[in-house]
Amino acid sequence: MEPIDVELSEAELELPEEPMLLNVGPSHPAMHGTVRCVMELSGELIHRVDVQVGYLHRGFEKMCERGTWAQVFPYVDRCNYVSPMLNNVGFALACEKMLGIEVPERCQWYRMALGELARISDHLTCDGAMAMELGAFTPFLWMIKGREMIWDIMEEETGARLTHSFGRVGGMAAPPTKGFKEQSLAVVEHILSIVSEVEKLMFGNRIFLDRLEDVGVVSAENAISLGWTGPCLRASGVAYDVRKAAPYLKYDEVEFDVPVGEKGDCLDRFIIRLEELKQSVRIIRQSLARMADSGPINVVDPRVMLPPKEEVYNTIEGTIQHFKIVMEGLKIPAGEVYSYTEAGNGELGFYLVSDGSGTPYRVRIRPPCYYITGGLEHVITGQMMADVVPCFGSLNMIGGECDR
Amino acid sequence: MAQALIDLIKRQFPTAVLETHSQHGDDTLVLNALAWKAVAEFLFSSPDAAMNMLVDLTVVDYPDREPRFEVVAHLHSLSLGHRLRLKARVGNPEGEGAAIASLTEIWASANWAEREAFDMFGVTFTGHPDLRRILMYPEFEGYALRRDYPADKIQPLIPYREIPGIEKVAPFGRDEGMSFGRQVHARWAEDSEDSQAN
Repeated sequence: MEPIDVELSEAELELPEEPMLLNVGPSHPAMHGTVRCVMELSGELIHRVDVQVGYLHRGFEKMCERGTWAQVFPYVDRCNYVSPMLNNVGFALACEKMLGIEVPERCQWYRMALGELARISDHLTCDGAMAMELGAFTPFLWMIKGREMIWDIMEEETGARLTHSFGRVGGMAAPPTKGFKEQSLAVVEHILSIVSEVEKLMFGNRIFLDRLEDVGVVSAENAISLGWTGPCLRASGVAYDVRKAAPYLKYDEVEFDVPVGEKGDCLDRFIIRLEELKQSVRIIRQSLARMADSGPINVVDPRVMLPPKEEVYNTIEGTIQHFKIVMEGLKIPAGEVYSYTEAGNGELGFYLVSDGSGTPYRVRIRPPCYYITGGLEHVITGQMMADVVPCFGSLNMIGGECDR
Repeated sequence: MAQALIDLIKRQFPTAVLETHSQHGDDTLVLNALAWKAVAEFLFSSPDAAMNMLVDLTVVDYPDREPRFEVVAHLHSLSLGHRLRLKARVGNPEGEGAAIASLTEIWASANWAEREAFDMFGVTFTGHPDLRRILMYPEFEGYALRRDYPADKIQPLIPYREIPGIEKVAPFGRDEGMSFGRQVHARWAEDSEDSQAN
């Protein structure tokens, strides 16, 4: 019989000398946004990487210049489709800042409660997807179950699970439903129990921790220079939260903490989201306790608000007012404003330029994701190929917001 | 604080500041485009300003004005907590010659922000290490966010690469899958009829 092991001298093995070029994406299952990474690998190490975005570009800013101010709301829904309520409120606040109006107190508490619910759903999705991409499917299902409960509340309140278009300049589309407080309190309770179960499951799991710890470390200095905001910046140890630094709505009247990470690695970004989620629950409880059960939800201002339907159908003034606001759009005084709020991923800014007509002259959205994804190259260069998945997951790139 | 900051810049760069205003509490400096980078560098390094974050950089197009484009940057100091908006005007009414110094050496976030501004408005940033389109594809013609770019304009098809042995997939109609396909511009409608006839 012939010997099985053939003698091979080392010199006969031909190993490729030039670095290998690898395409990940545009729709790789591990990339939960449509993004393409062209990587130059040397062995398993990433030498160079080119992150390419734009696959979900829908011309958001161009479309905004074609409609009225109120018609922008459905578009901002589709920017960050995991927490659309925060975008709705952000845009409404920017318009209200230009108009110089403030919504009634009840509406402010309502916006905060809805916004924090949306933030919880955002963080649940991000952490759940991140765990799933690393092979932990159970926490993903638990977290998505929690998110589904929040979307049930949203459906009850707004009529739509995902794209609510619920914000209005000068208020909200409808007042809170009767069961809103009760349902929300029950759901956040349930979500806290889900989070504690997830923590027990994940933080005792060595495989999970090994894949996140000291992977994708970003220093505070680099994170600031890259324009990172939100959980990613806070994981690097910078306690910057728009809700604390420049409080809007009633955030200066509620108690909550800003959790801050130490190392800025993927694990910190994972934990920060779970901690923030608990803070959101605190805010929701306080907001619901202080939200009145009755009272106006919209400002009384015929320039911006549609008149009640009885007036539209029965009086000529009401009909004209309705017609003017719908056809010409509400008029926002000429000028410019930069208004920013804390969205799921960080500072969501709206730079609006108005020429005084019913159509926006320019709507610039400052998407937190765009700048965070811009830092992906910095995060994964020099890492192992397998670390791309947790790094990318921890940044929570939302395609709609990044590419607009 | 903010007024003190504006005064500081005015003292430091007496000729660079063209106008200032603070509408809705946003302090704005309109700068001479040539001093763009020098002022930004000063704002970054001076301990009184300490603008360590470039929050956003974008462009606003005013086709009737000369210079046409307004480059707008929002700066934020995380340590001191103040914000400032910088503006500079560039480009002639035809949209040519719009160039301004790149801020990528000061803030890393300027990299993608300037690429997007270039992609959407055709403003070039001199000194940018990697100035190519980011949201649009390389063959895109024109600059989508300019006011004179029609929203219903249909881009020409990108020719197929000729690879022997591989048959082409049938191309889509010109108005297929475009966001404004229902309202095809008259000029383009004729074109697409022609191409269908062919």
